Amino acid sequence: MDFQVVVLAGGTSTKLAPLVSKDVPKSLLPVANRPVLSYVLDLLEQSNIKDLIVVVEGEDTEGLVENWISEAYVDRLHVEVASVGEEVGTAGALRAIAHHLTASDILVVSGDLVCDISPGAVAAAHRRHDAAVTALFCAAPISGPTESGTSSGKDKTKKPVRHNIVGLDLTQQFLLYIAAGMEVEKDIKVQKSILRAVGKMEIHADLMDAHLYAFKRSVLQQVLNQKQTFRSLKQDVLPYLVKSQLRSEILLNGAQAEENGNEDNYNTDKVMLSQLLANASTPSFHEVYALGPNGFSPAERKTHKCCVYIANKTKYCARLNSIQAYSDINRDVIGDASHLSGCTFSVHNNVIHPSAVLGSKTTVGPQCMLGEGSQMGDKCSVKRSVIGRHCRIGSNVKIVNSVIMNHVTIGDGCSIQGTIISSNVQLQERALLRDCQIGAGYVVAAGSEHKGELLRK
Amino acid sequence: MGAKKGGKEDAVEDMPHVPLKAILLADSFTTKFRPITLECPKVLLPIVNTPMIDYTLAWLESANVEEVFVFCCSHSKQIIDYLDKSKWVNQPNFSVSTIESHNCISAGDALRFIYDKNVINGDFVLISGDTVSNMILTEALQEHKERRQKDSNAVMTMVIKQSKPSQITRQTRLGTDELFMAIDPATKQLLYYDDKSDDQKGTLTLDKAFLAENPSISIHNDKQDCYIDICSPEVLSLFTDNFDYQHLRRHFVKGLLVDDIMGFKIFTHEIHSDYAARIDNFRSYDSISKDIIQRWTYPFVPDVQFSLNNPTNLERHGIYRASEILQSRSAEIGPFTYIGKGSSIGGKTVISNSVIGDGCKIGSNVLIDGCYIWNNVTIEDGCNLKQAILCDGVVMKSGSVLEPGVVLSFNVVVGQEFVVPAYSKVSLLPQPVTQDSDEELEYADNNSGIIHTIDTLENGNSRTEWESSEVGIGGRGFIWSMSEVDHEEEWRHSVAPIPETKLIELTQMVFDNLELNIQDDIVLAVPGEQESGNESDDDNMDDSLQIFEKEIEATFLRAVHEKVKDDHIILEVNSLRLSYNLALEDCASALFYSMMKLALDTTHTSPASLVKNANDVMSRYGKLLKPYLQSVDGEIEVILKFEEMCSESAKEFAAVFVQILHMLYDKDIIQEEAILNWAEEKEGADESDKVFVKQSEKFIQWLNEASEEED
Repeated sequence: MDFQVVVLAGGTSTKLAPLVSKDVPKSLLPVANRPVLSYVLDLLEQSNIKDLIVVVEGEDTEGLVENWISEAYVDRLHVEVASVGEEVGTAGALRAIAHHLTASDILVVSGDLVCDISPGAVAAAHRRHDAAVTALFCAAPISGPTESGTSSGKDKTKKPVRHNIVGLDLTQQFLLYIAAGMEVEKDIKVQKSILRAVGKMEIHADLMDAHLYAFKRSVLQQVLNQKQTFRSLKQDVLPYLVKSQLRSEILLNGAQAEENGNEDNYNTDKVMLSQLLANASTPSFHEVYALGPNGFSPAERKTHKCCVYIANKTKYCARLNSIQAYSDINRDVIGDASHLSGCTFSVHNNVIHPSAVLGSKTTVGPQCMLGEGSQMGDKCSVKRSVIGRHCRIGSNVKIVNSVIMNHVTIGDGCSIQGTIISSNVQLQERALLRDCQIGAGYVVAAGSEHKGELLRK
Repeated sequence: MGAKKGGKEDAVEDMPHVPLKAILLADSFTTKFRPITLECPKVLLPIVNTPMIDYTLAWLESANVEEVFVFCCSHSKQIIDYLDKSKWVNQPNFSVSTIESHNCISAGDALRFIYDKNVINGDFVLISGDTVSNMILTEALQEHKERRQKDSNAVMTMVIKQSKPSQITRQTRLGTDELFMAIDPATKQLLYYDDKSDDQKGTLTLDKAFLAENPSISIHNDKQDCYIDICSPEVLSLFTDNFDYQHLRRHFVKGLLVDDIMGFKIFTHEIHSDYAARIDNFRSYDSISKDIIQRWTYPFVPDVQFSLNNPTNLERHGIYRASEILQSRSAEIGPFTYIGKGSSIGGKTVISNSVIGDGCKIGSNVLIDGCYIWNNVTIEDGCNLKQAILCDGVVMKSGSVLEPGVVLSFNVVVGQEFVVPAYSKVSLLPQPVTQDSDEELEYADNNSGIIHTIDTLENGNSRTEWESSEVGIGGRGFIWSMSEVDHEEEWRHSVAPIPETKLIELTQMVFDNLELNIQDDIVLAVPGEQESGNESDDDNMDDSLQIFEKEIEATFLRAVHEKVKDDHIILEVNSLRLSYNLALEDCASALFYSMMKLALDTTHTSPASLVKNANDVMSRYGKLLKPYLQSVDGEIEVILKFEEMCSESAKEFAAVFVQILHMLYDKDIIQEEAILNWAEEKEGADESDKVFVKQSEKFIQWLNEASEEED
């Protein structure tokens, strides 16, 4: 398979403070007791992609990630971990590792993606249309990340968060317009030339860019070289390619033509070839446009195709890019999207590691996970929560809608609701936490109450 | 409660008794069919040998409309006479009545006029008398009614049809301009309508609010407006309320879409297999004629008698023949041609893709291709006609030639061997001297000048002093001159196909435009240049900024003279700022400007005394600036303003720039950071811009050193 896969695993995202730290970069943040990066790697492995480059920010992160991967995937994947400077952006990261890229098409995946959509399907769509870029879109979470069942989400605005505004053609195969980031809040400016060429455009606000792109390597490298100011794939490179698709500034297929060595034939049969590749009886609007009316064209018109792969609504797809998303994804992976967790659920619809110890009258409800070697005292109750490895939990502890990472000590009589507790945190007796995020190694004093707070050392 | 319910049921029972009405506008209020429409109303012009209005009325009848109000304005008498003689007057279950007005100049006026007549009390179909359609209205009506029951604001349903405009000419095959629409795919509500889009702008801007309510919208460039509307009675009152609405689309539809206070909504109904089109210009005349001949409009085709048209037989290859045709054996009739009753065709004449009316005499060796020849036209031997329209009574003398796109109005005579140049419009009537730039005003001069002219013409029919130069020897008629601009655009709306050279030219242009657009966009796309989005407002801003500055100055001077308290001045400035919607920095610079102006206007003898004046003013009023100078940017703004004053309005300050800058610094009005930033900003500027930076070089250096020492 002539696809090279780049996983952009990032570094220590500030958005996820205090959960991430120098010791736990974003990519190693546990989701249902395994690093989030493992979800992407497993997904790629399932698609039979074994060779990949993982790009991380900063050398410290590189060390951590490399160690983890070599341990976890030792015989399964051939992973190269490369580090780039911090704050270079996604485009900058690709620019920095450009010398590693050799295949004709590059699949770029964000390391924080948790989904069950086959990257192979995206790659196939990319190949079928001979596209310059193909992006994966999925339905935006309908409830919106603000509403997660916890009380804090309710009083915020009910409007679902708009991730992207995208314009698609009738067949939902081509990307005609995209607004990302700040642009989403502005008025929609659609290029008339594209609209004229395609006739009808559907504007969707309910789709989300899943950060999985297939790029033609020659295109990607040219854009990165020519536009040094581009920092983000999502906000700069993709919108640029979409905007210029009818007047391409890119030497398309240059590399391919050289390889084929029959440049003359290639040019004359250009339309035919791409039609063959498109495997369609009717040419797409790009080719019609490039041909001009009645087949005469005043100048060689260059177009490139920007395609989309829209994931089926039944598929799960989420990105771990905020605290809210973190608790949502944890909830989903042990709940609705349990097939992603890679664990077998018991008859009670939960996962309790055989080595975990439960005290008497302690109940662990459905959609819960209890990690290896964790111990719970008597009369505890756990609902819809994830508890990591080697945690020590006292008696009379209530845990609801929460994520507790590894090596956490929880004293007797604590009550924890809607809270994320990082590793090595100590909760002294009768601490009451609600909708909090607690950074690694923090000590919560006995009897203290916290609501909606962010606690860190 | 029970009684109420009973009442409701009664209402439901009553519903079917409300007859479906239609308003037919028998006046298009445009001048696109001139010069023909100077003599005959557009709706009576024949299309495939049947007046347009018959198609419209026949369709209305077939669509179960029971009452039609024909609104006529220009040439109203001709229309009324025609209708009186037509079959439409005594139809069971279908009544046609006319409403006549003489002073309406737009569709808006017409609808206001009809509103005053108080004849419409339920839903009605609004259509113009030049529409050819065979669509089934029931579904659209049903949809409209259902929507009305749910939402009384759904006042109109607009019929649209798939028709993609050419990317090159930006017009549809009907010759109408490209249309951009945004439609909510779920409810079919029309959100955006733009039929006169600005070509210069490469992008279409949709309000973000559309997406706030709907998860998706579709934008169309591939639909055509059929100009068939199902309206609720509110539409008429809306026209009356908004007396400035003239045009149905440009004013009414756009007005409703923009106005979100009343919340009226327009919906669309798309037809797929049905036919609906409006004869808007000569090109649509051509396209629709072809559609009729090729039977897309069935049952409204020549061989079906839907009006008083002559019985016609359809032969192979789409040739229609009426009775009593005299055709020479050697004449060749090509496909898709209509030949009317009593016409004669001479030997070796070749006719293709044309319509020939009743009683025409066509000589031998004539070539006719793509022409629309109306009744009683005489074409002598050896003529050559391509893509032209010949009205009733036209005579083409032997050997004359019509180049593509020619329109010959009633009774024009083309002289022997004369070649009428492409796109010419020839009429017996002279071109009206004052060409109305506003195309909506056809009626105005119809009423005044033209009828009068016709009289004189008929009286002087016998006169023979026609200038031979215009249409050849023995010819009669004026070739209407076209302005340069019209001439350029003539091909767009002509019956003749678009010349290939034009297409090539346009293709190149489209391509070039695209280049520009993309470059524009990319400038916008560069991150960090977000201000560029406001470009369009800039002109506006400049104006209002100037007025604002004047207001501030006046306020300040008054305050100085009347010794108003500082707090009150700030209050007034604040209210001005809010009413002009400007930033704090603008206040600062405007106030500063007023202060320096005051210093300047106070008598001074030397630069030194000017500095002293400025110093006095600043010590007294300097603190007024404080609330507006909260950021370094504001301070820089003040320096820039001062610089501008020194180089433009108050050159006296130029000499003492540094002193005053220093004074401002001493008084803590301007921080050193601002001065340093200003100097830095100017680094890359033109030499001429750097005059004052250079002047203050020493001061800046001193500031730099001072800050270093602090470090």
